[in-house]
Formats: sequence, structure tokens, C-alpha cells
Amino acid sequence: MYLNQFLLLAAVLFSLGVYGVLARKNGVLVLMSIELMLNAVNINLVAFGAFRDTVAGQVFALFVIAIAAAEVGVGLAIILLIFRNRASIDIDHLDSMKG
Amino acid sequence: MLRNAWLIPLIPAVSFFVILAFGKRLPGKGAEIGIAAVGLSFVLSAVTALQWLNLHEPRHPVARHLTWFEMGGVEVGAGIHVDGLTVMMLLVVTFISLMVHVYSIGYMHGDRRYTFFFAALSLFTASMLTLVVADNTLQLLVGWELVGMCSFLLIGHWWEEEANSSAAIKAFLTTRTGDIGLMLGIITLFFAADRTFDIETINRLALENEMSHGIVLVGAALLFCGVIGKSAQFPLHVWLPDAMAGPTPVSALIHAATMVVAGVYLVARMYGVFWEGFSIHDGGINAVALIGGITVLIAAALAFVQDDVKKVLAYSTISQLGYMVMALGVGAWTAGVFHLFTHAFFKALLFLGSGSLIHAVHSNNMSEMGGMRKSMPTTFWTFMVGSAALAGIPPLAGFWSKDEIINGASHGYELFMIVGLVGAAMTAAYMTRTCWLIFAGEYRGHAHPHESPRSMAVPLQILGVLSLVVGLLGTWVVGEKYRFSNWVHFHVEGAEEFLEHHSFNMSLAVISVAVALTGIALAAAYYQRTALRGLTQRNGLARTGYTVLVNKYYLDDLYIDGIVRTIQYPIAKAAYWVNQKVIDGVVNGVGIGAKRTARVVYDVVDQKGIDGLVNGAGWSAEEGGSVLRRTQTGRVQQYAAVLFGASALIALGLVILT
Repeated sequence: MYLNQFLLLAAVLFSLGVYGVLARKNGVLVLMSIELMLNAVNINLVAFGAFRDTVAGQVFALFVIAIAAAEVGVGLAIILLIFRNRASIDIDHLDSMKG
Repeated sequence: MLRNAWLIPLIPAVSFFVILAFGKRLPGKGAEIGIAAVGLSFVLSAVTALQWLNLHEPRHPVARHLTWFEMGGVEVGAGIHVDGLTVMMLLVVTFISLMVHVYSIGYMHGDRRYTFFFAALSLFTASMLTLVVADNTLQLLVGWELVGMCSFLLIGHWWEEEANSSAAIKAFLTTRTGDIGLMLGIITLFFAADRTFDIETINRLALENEMSHGIVLVGAALLFCGVIGKSAQFPLHVWLPDAMAGPTPVSALIHAATMVVAGVYLVARMYGVFWEGFSIHDGGINAVALIGGITVLIAAALAFVQDDVKKVLAYSTISQLGYMVMALGVGAWTAGVFHLFTHAFFKALLFLGSGSLIHAVHSNNMSEMGGMRKSMPTTFWTFMVGSAALAGIPPLAGFWSKDEIINGASHGYELFMIVGLVGAAMTAAYMTRTCWLIFAGEYRGHAHPHESPRSMAVPLQILGVLSLVVGLLGTWVVGEKYRFSNWVHFHVEGAEEFLEHHSFNMSLAVISVAVALTGIALAAAYYQRTALRGLTQRNGLARTGYTVLVNKYYLDDLYIDGIVRTIQYPIAKAAYWVNQKVIDGVVNGVGIGAKRTARVVYDVVDQKGIDGLVNGAGWSAEEGGSVLRRTQTGRVQQYAAVLFGASALIALGLVILT
């Protein structure tokens, strides 16, 4: 059982996700990038779980999936409302909270 | 059932909430729930009593305890402790309560708070039963305060009249005065007994002299304050006659048969503490016996001058409670508890009988009764049985228990034996007076007296029969196994037996009957011979005595004028003088000084120093803010970048450091 491959895959996925969150202009794509990061975490959890021969990792992964589903539901709803208000989901223009 | 005795208080407690929630919508307005619950409790109590009787001797108390929480090694919880005393109390409370519930259907018919009345009766029964089964002082205190609250609610049941609500407040405050002592006593004993509330342990430690005598005395004296308040002993007896403002069934249940005996029950339950604390075994005069003895006599004397039939019975109750306390004070434990048992039956009977009379003539005053014998035969016969039982005519209930008390006092406490005999004569005499005024002669009122409905008459008949026979439980008539002194006795696990029980003594019994008959004869003579009548108007000495009694020894006046006014007026006046001259002078002086100092302080410290600081703080916050606001771009992705960057830096730091 090789742990490193999984960890590398997860690290790559996570970095892709971070890039997406920081760089994309489209709100939907930002959300999708967050999903990528969460799934990188899931891979880590399952991999460590298998490595240490416990089911705890899989259980946590299931929790994360459930939370992610809820999170994406809320996120999409917010983006939908933003689109209705501004006819655009470019988050560069969303700076009405500027101090 | 012995182990499940906790069900007995639980059932009426549930019934209280059910009646409150659904009572008004039911056909019987909630009365049927109350009766069913108390009836069930009574059946369970009877089963418990039978099981207790059938235990192998020597019987050991059955205890169960549930821990609620533990804190610093102190365990707090609830539990049951079932022994003979508990079983006896369970029977008495549930039975009298059942009778009163049934009776109330008739008596309270059409009352505007009918449903609430039954709910409160249920709550009262539940609280009293909680108190009775309690295995620790804390639970006992909970039950104790709850019965006090129910008493308050029920005395003020007709609170629209101010007299009733002030009677309720008076009862509550007077008993609370004693309760402070009770609470302090519980705390004292808690620490003295090495941090436990367990009654059995406290009793054992007290009896084995594990606690110092001084602290046991303090604990017992403080507990006794609670007893004086709750059981209406001299000098806190003043609330009980006023408590008669409540509906008569309440007077029967709470202020005669059950709640007021809670104090006596407390002494009986924690007898180890009282026994050691007041050195009851020494045979000298002790506070318990003394207070009991005084109460017997002064209350009996007061009963002579009352016109209100319920007040006669109230003073009679105080006097009988005095007997019980006195019995416990002279070491006659079984006799005192037995008197509690028999008294509950005949006093409930008398109160319910008086309620029946009041129901018929719409007045509490005996001057508006008279000749009731013809119009109310059931009430007449049952009332006569109750009076005879109270007066101590053999073989009725009161005779046996009163005789046991007098007999117990005759072993080393001869003074209190004489008090008991004098009290017996007075009891017989004032009951003769009461019966004479109510039933003899012609009707003096203006209503149309009629016999009460069946729901009121049947409890009277049942209680009448029981008042005839329950006294026999203490005698040789019943078998050894069922004899009262056999199944109700004070026993502490691990401590040796220390009480002796003195059973029947023929010569004393003859004396006490003779004394009671003399009392009856004297009272009868007073009312039959016109020559004696009006003595209180003609003879100076008799008139003085009468005036003192009518004014209740001026105790109420003493409390109001002597204590409340003393605190209110002179102290208030003195406080006003101090306020005007001393405090105002000081205040003014201080004020002028303060004004001058303040001017200086204002100019130098405030305007320059503080304002400078405050303005400086504001200015720096403003400047800092205008710098920092540039970081708040409102762009989520920038925030995220800072977040990720910071996490990366922290991770890097961790990697380098470890």
C-alpha cells in the first residue's frame, strides 16, 4: 500500500482548487474549486484511513461529502440571487462591502 | 410495593398537572381525576402497609436512593425510606385526602375555582407524601416548603375578600419564620454529620455520640424552630386559627390532619437528633416537652371563648399538636405518633362535620346555630363521635392515644403528666360547650338548615366509624402482629434500641376518664344551671380571664405592636433623625469639599489630562482605521488569498520548527 501517490494526488487537487478559488472570475467556478479542495481532503482522509486500517477516515469522508452538498446548495442559492440582482456573476465586481 | 413507594407521591403529582391542563373540559371539572389519583395512592399505600406488616421481624426499613448529581463529594438526590412511621403516614395522608376529595365535591359545588381547588389538593397530597417518604433532609425540605405553599394557596382560595388573603399571608410568613430555623438546622446537621443529608446517617451519628453534643443541640434547636412554626406550637401558633379562612375541607385536610403534623413527623423522623440534642433521656425539663406542654394548656383555654366553630377546632388542633410534641419531648415516641394517627381521623371528622354545619346554616358562628340535632341527624351523630373521641371517652380513638401519652409522661416526667390530665379535662369541657351550643336548644339563625348531600355525609360516616375503632389498634384487642407499637417504632439501623414503650396502665386510664368526665360535667353544669351563666359578666376575675382569652393573650397585638410597630415607628423615627442631622451634615460637608476639589480636578485633570487622553485615543483610532480600511477591499478572493497565505506561512513555520 503506497500512501504517497494518494497524498500527491490530493496535494495537486488541493492546489488546483486554491488556484481556482483565488483566480477565477466566475462564481460558479469558484464554488466548483471549493468542491475540488474538499475532495482533496476526502482523498487524504480515506487514504490515511486505509493506511492505518480504520474506518474512521471513511466515516469522516462521508461527513465531509454531506456537508459539501449542503454548502454547495447554499452557495448556488447565493449566486442565483446575485445574478438576479446584478445580471452578472463576476465576483470581481462584488465589492459593495469595501471599507 | 415497599421498594416502589415512590409511586405514591408521583401519582397525585401527575394528577395536579393533568387537572390543570384538562380539568375544565372534563364532565366532573377535574374532581374525578383528583379522586382517582388519590384513591390509587391510597390503595398502593394500603398494599405497602400490608407488605410492611407481613415482613419478617425484626423489620428493616426499605430504602432506595437515586443520585441526581454529585458535587465536591457531596451527593444530592432523592430517595425513599419506608419504615413503620412512613407507612403509617402514607395511610393517614392518602386516606384523609381521599375523604376530603370526596367531601369537596359536595362542599365546593359551584365554586368559581372548583378545578383549581382540586388541582391544589392534588399538589398538596403529592408534596406531603414526598415529605413523608423522604430519605434525606433536602427532599424533606422540598416537601415541607411545597405543603406550605399549598396551604397558602388554599387558605387564600377565596382571595377576593381581603381577610382571606391576609390570613394566607400571615400563615405563610409565620411558618416561614420557623422555616429559617429548619433550613439552618439542616445545614448545621449536614456539616456536623460529615457532609450528608441522609436522615438515617444523621440519626445514627447523633445516637452514637459521633457528633459533639453542642452541635447536635444547636441542630435540634434550629429544627425545632421549624416544628414550632409548622405545627403551630406556642409562640408561633397564631397563624392556625386565621388559616380557618380557607374552605373547610382544606382546614380538615391541611390544618388539622396532615400538614400541621409535618412538624411532629419531623421530630419523630429525626428523633435521634432530638433525643441526644435535648437530652430527653435525662428526665429533666426540656424545650420540646415544655413548648408542647405550654401549647396544650394555652390553646385549650383559648378554645373556650371562640364563637366560630372552626376556630374552636383550630385551637383544639393546636392543643392536640401540643400533646404530640409533649409526648415526643418526654420520650413517649410511640404514644406521640399514635396520637398523630388517631387525631387525624377524629379531627378530620370534626372539621368535615363543622363544614357540613356551615354548609347548612351559612355561618361559622355557633351563636347562629343551635338545635341542629333534629335537622341534621347524620352530622349530629358523627360530630358527637368525633367530640367524644377528642374528649378521650373510652373506647374511642382519642382515649387510647391520650392515655398512652399521659402514661409515658408518668415515667420520670410527672409535671407533664399533670399537664396532660389538666389538658384532657379542658378538652372535654370545651367540646361539651361546643356540642351544647351547636346541637342543644332552639335554632337561633335565619337559614333553613338541611342535611348535607351524600358526597358529604358518606365521608362523615366512614370517618365516624374509624374514629370509633382506630384507637383499638394500640390495644390488646388486635393481635400482637397488628399492634401499633409493634409495626411503628423508632429504629435506626446500626444503633441500639433506646426507647421503651409503656403500654396501657389501668389506674391512669381510670384517672384520665374521671378527669374527662369531670370536664364534661362542669361544662354541662355551666350551661344547664342558669345561676352560673353570665359569670364572665358579673365576676371580676372571670371577666379578666375572659378578656385575656378573647384577645388571644394579646399575642397578636404583641407581634404587631411589640415587634412590627417597634421596628416601624421608633426605629424609623431614629433613622429619620440620624438621616437629617448626622448623615445630612456629613453629606453636606462632604458635598462642599467635593465641589471645591472637583473644580480643581475639572480644570487640571479632566480638561487637560483626561480629555487629552480621550481625544488622543479617538484620533489614533481614526488614523489607524483609515490606514487599515485599505485592507478591507470587499473582494472575497483577496481575503481568501490572505487566508491561504497565512496558513501556508504557519505550516511553513511549523515544518521549520519541528
